[in-house]
Amino acid sequence: MGSTEVLPESALRSATDLGPDFWASQGQNLLFGAIAIVAFIAIIAIVMFGADLIKGRARDKVQLVVLVAPVLVLLGVGLVYPAIDTTWLSFNEITNEPDPDTGIFTTTMQFVGLDNYRFAFSDPSTLRTILNTFVWMILVPLLSTGFGLAYAVFIDRAKGEKALKSLVFMPMAISLVGASVIWGNIMYDYNQVGEQTGMLNALRELVGLDPYNFLRDDPWNTFWLIVILVWIQTGFAMVILSAAIKGVPAEMNEAASLDGANAWQRFWRITVPSIRSTIVVVLTTITIMALKVYDIVRTVTQGRDNTDVVANRMYVLSFVEGREALGAALAVILFVFVIPVVIYNVRSLNKVKEAR
Amino acid sequence: MSVTMPPQHPVDDTTPTEGKNLTAASRAKKSLTSPWATAAAIIIAVAWTIPTVALFMTSLIPGDRYRTDAWWTVLMDGGLTFENFNQVLFDSFGDNSTAPPLIEYVFNSIVVTVPAVVFPVVLGLMAAYAFAWIPFRGSNFLFVLIFALQVVPLQLALIPLLRLLGPENLGLAGEFSGVWIAHTIFALPLSVFLLHNFVSNIPREVLEAARVDGASHTQMFFRIIIPLSLPAVASLAIFQFLWVWNDLLVSAVFGSANTYPLTYPISNLAGDYGQYAYLVPPAAFISMIIPLIVFFSLQRYFVRGLLAGSTKG
Repeated sequence: MGSTEVLPESALRSATDLGPDFWASQGQNLLFGAIAIVAFIAIIAIVMFGADLIKGRARDKVQLVVLVAPVLVLLGVGLVYPAIDTTWLSFNEITNEPDPDTGIFTTTMQFVGLDNYRFAFSDPSTLRTILNTFVWMILVPLLSTGFGLAYAVFIDRAKGEKALKSLVFMPMAISLVGASVIWGNIMYDYNQVGEQTGMLNALRELVGLDPYNFLRDDPWNTFWLIVILVWIQTGFAMVILSAAIKGVPAEMNEAASLDGANAWQRFWRITVPSIRSTIVVVLTTITIMALKVYDIVRTVTQGRDNTDVVANRMYVLSFVEGREALGAALAVILFVFVIPVVIYNVRSLNKVKEAR
Repeated sequence: MSVTMPPQHPVDDTTPTEGKNLTAASRAKKSLTSPWATAAAIIIAVAWTIPTVALFMTSLIPGDRYRTDAWWTVLMDGGLTFENFNQVLFDSFGDNSTAPPLIEYVFNSIVVTVPAVVFPVVLGLMAAYAFAWIPFRGSNFLFVLIFALQVVPLQLALIPLLRLLGPENLGLAGEFSGVWIAHTIFALPLSVFLLHNFVSNIPREVLEAARVDGASHTQMFFRIIIPLSLPAVASLAIFQFLWVWNDLLVSAVFGSANTYPLTYPISNLAGDYGQYAYLVPPAAFISMIIPLIVFFSLQRYFVRGLLAGSTKG
């Protein structure tokens, strides 16, 4: 990596004097990436056109294998097997202890049944983590979809609709880490003394309220973290729902307004029933998103003050504290939360297929 | 993650971001829209935009005033400066003055992201063609399985996959190649599903005509599937680009100090309210520049990708 000499602040470097070391190592990485892409495409082309040289009936079969096998192998080895392995791990305990005779550290796996799960649901802080995840799972989809739907209806066919959409949609392009910095370091910032530099606390002072430590106030701090994900997901809900609203025949609204229905009645009696299936899709998609998010908690609070969620705790247990079996149990708990959505999705996929 | 959308062709010409066709009915409706709705829309739009603007303004506060002065105070007395961008990008970014500059992570992000976009898109298109147009035993079952895999939390696969890529087996963990493989695997279910939606909507006659002429699967793939699928490929590629660029979890687990992308050091320093806290906002803003450019210039394709039936996370 680059040079590490200490420079006084007055001697800030610029792009031109990063030094040859820097460009050598970064150039190497870029070249490696480019070679990987070229090699990957070349191999695919060679194998596929190689399979084209086969004569007779075997050709179709070989080509089918060439087309599907990479995906099936990668998913089998990289996703299906690991998922099963994690599930198995969650029923075991890993111990790393010195052998009483030789003193050599050996890792042993021992089947302990539901012990990890029993611990997860009895240890107060882990249980709180699971409850927090449950709150995320409920509030994020409801709030995002609610705001997204309201906004989509308000701006439908309004002047400057496209620009208004872009503004609310823009957070979708921002990383969860970036969004966490925006909210955690700027919007929610709290100073015990002196001027309030956080936007929201400055607002509170403006209207005469005392400054408020958003991220320390258990249990509301979880809600303030949820706001960050809602800020991002509202744009997603809005775009999808807006497209669905545009699919509602204008004649229906027209007929209803001739019958004397006001905007509020038309919204509940025509718009919502017409786009019900899309609303369900948006809700389920955001639910899964909310379950898996760990970036926000990791970046803003690192799980302090009872804000931890299962996805973050799982990461810390597995990759920081080395308690992989318990981490595996938490991953399985996450998956159990998702199972109803999986079943629902597969059912609706089959319905779509039948409709074809 | 993903869910089935009502059947909808990915390149449907109704671009949802536009509402140009003002029919008589819609004009009638518009005149009925209450000013309250307009006011509420404007309030939401402003509320959603302020945080990003605040980030930019905070990036411009000089380090010695970051703790004590708010950006509007500094703005009033003309103290805002672009110096922080220069410092994090080229001098050092971290909890000490010898931490590597952010430009290294910018390059890492590029090297991580581009192959991690190309691999799953190409492999996904191949499988999507097979699932859509080549009948074989178990095809339906496998496709439903892949579809269901989209919602499986990444967390369920992390520990064993890391062991598989780790030093005892493939030895790729901590290398760019290990991060690419992990990203590729996690992207495949979405990629196959989204491209399948599109590829299966190619008119049957087009493929049958080529088949009658004796074209093999390989020839059909290169001559028909690839050129006709480009709009869907573009949507998916943008999606995957934003996702990989903004990812933290996969990079943190499968990468190392040599491969960490922008999100990693920013996430680490964000919760550290020490003397270098003033470097976090400019760094976060830098990390957003490329995704925001991609997003605003290619928004149409991004929206199409979303509407084609999925999102992921």
